[in-house]
Amino acid sequence: MKRLPVILAYIVLVLGGILMIFPFVWMILTSLKPFAELFNLEVLPREPTLENYRQVLTQTDFPRWFLNSLGIAGITTISVLFFDSLVGYTLAKLRFPGREIVFVLILATLMVPTEMLVIPWYVMSVGYGWVNSYWGILFPGLISAFGVFLMRQFFQSLPTELMDAGRIDGLSEFGVFWRVAFPLVRPALAALGIFTFLGNWNAFLWPLVIIQSPEMRTLPVGVALFSGEAATAWHLIMTASSLSVLPVLLVFLFFQKQIIEGVVLTGVKG
Amino acid sequence: MKPRFSLATREALWAFAFLAIPLLFFLFIRIYPAFQALWLSLFEWNADPAKRQYVGLEHYSRMLADPTLGRALRNTALYTFIGVPLQIALGLAIALLLQSVTRLRDLFRAIYFTPYITPAVAVAWVFSWMLSPNFGIVNEILGLFGIPAQKFLSSPSQALLTVTAIVVWQNLGFQIVLFLAGLESIPRTYYEAARIDGADGWAMFRYITLPLLNPVTVFSAVIGTIGFLQLFTQVVNLNFTDQGGPVNSTLTIALYIYQLAFKSFNLGYAAAVTVLLFGIILVITLVQLRILSRRVEY
Repeated sequence: MKRLPVILAYIVLVLGGILMIFPFVWMILTSLKPFAELFNLEVLPREPTLENYRQVLTQTDFPRWFLNSLGIAGITTISVLFFDSLVGYTLAKLRFPGREIVFVLILATLMVPTEMLVIPWYVMSVGYGWVNSYWGILFPGLISAFGVFLMRQFFQSLPTELMDAGRIDGLSEFGVFWRVAFPLVRPALAALGIFTFLGNWNAFLWPLVIIQSPEMRTLPVGVALFSGEAATAWHLIMTASSLSVLPVLLVFLFFQKQIIEGVVLTGVKG
Repeated sequence: MKPRFSLATREALWAFAFLAIPLLFFLFIRIYPAFQALWLSLFEWNADPAKRQYVGLEHYSRMLADPTLGRALRNTALYTFIGVPLQIALGLAIALLLQSVTRLRDLFRAIYFTPYITPAVAVAWVFSWMLSPNFGIVNEILGLFGIPAQKFLSSPSQALLTVTAIVVWQNLGFQIVLFLAGLESIPRTYYEAARIDGADGWAMFRYITLPLLNPVTVFSAVIGTIGFLQLFTQVVNLNFTDQGGPVNSTLTIALYIYQLAFKSFNLGYAAAVTVLLFGIILVITLVQLRILSRRVEY
């Protein structure tokens, strides 16, 4: 009698799983079809072709968009990891007047939605000539308040004796942070790093506002505007979509465990 | 006494040195712009700062009589009220199912989680292809069951629900992972004790699982609400050539702000709408934290 609910659970999970995977399968299958086969809706392509990939990769700025996204997400992630842990460490472990005020000030910025900041950022970028530049795309994300909050939590759990030992060994205050404390919060850094990278890789609103020329586009903006122009060339749209999804799927395949643990870490603790 | 004093000063100096750049960042990139948005909302926008005209609260009174804003507010409320409970209920249900099986749990979890990390832009285009009224695979499948073709994203009555379903599809994995972690943190002994007291499955769910999951549910509701209130990327890409959907049936506040600011360059009025959005998010978050995070005592 106890087996029946378990079998039912598996049936529901498998059906749900199909619902989760099918859009990806259909995207890739469509990307392998020539235009002529697009509208007959057979599941498998009769004459599978990589021509769509060749076309998207050679006739658009796709490789450039890919590199733009990689560079912007990469630089942002490094900056966030460094500054967020530095600030988190300072707020958790150093004593100085105004510590509470600084913490509350940073925390308060979490309440402000991006939409509210986008207009002043744009006005600011016009003023300083940052429109359509890499700096313009990435400056708003260089430090994250959420990351500061998260890193502070983790540094607080480190015993202060460790830092004192570093001081006795003659390390400077920066040395204590960089050589002693920083390496000890690796799980938190991994989680924060992965989410910062993904967040920037997928970011859409601000890049859409600040980018003007095709070669400056990030991947999501590139895919969106390319698809908008492609109209009914769904084989090419699905190819562009596949190309932007596949790197993420590959990363997920390799770092599945860290990514899911990261969600738990940031979600449940943060 | 002197060395101790200088040691404290030294520590404070280091702290300020560490904080210098980040504080400048938060002041100029996060805090100042928030106030600037308030300030801009009081002016009629002009690219030339000298020609910006002070209009006081005119933009705010204009909002009261703006039917498109009303539409965007109503849609955003619908997205949130349908989407958040739906994704919490489904996420919890699937997490419970996952907990009841022993084999392939990690595989299922990974499969359900995948959409969450994929770019929303790509997801939106894949769905708009699958849901295409004439050539979409979904209508083809519905046809196999004798269901007539639906218009989905191009129907004023279906578009909003379709967008909601797609967003929930994408968010579901996040909910599942959170709830699964929450479920695993509930001590087994509680259930064993309840079983000895003669509690049935529903009673255990109602009086043990739900109350102890409360922190996770609160977190998930708050994050989900903030996400739905700022819905933008999916709405833009799902109806790319008709942004806002048929008769603005999918228009959200965030998309309306974008259109006002960067299509019609009405930055002053757009800034006023962002202030409204800020107010809505602030109030709802505070209310949710208050209502949902009532402490559970045993």
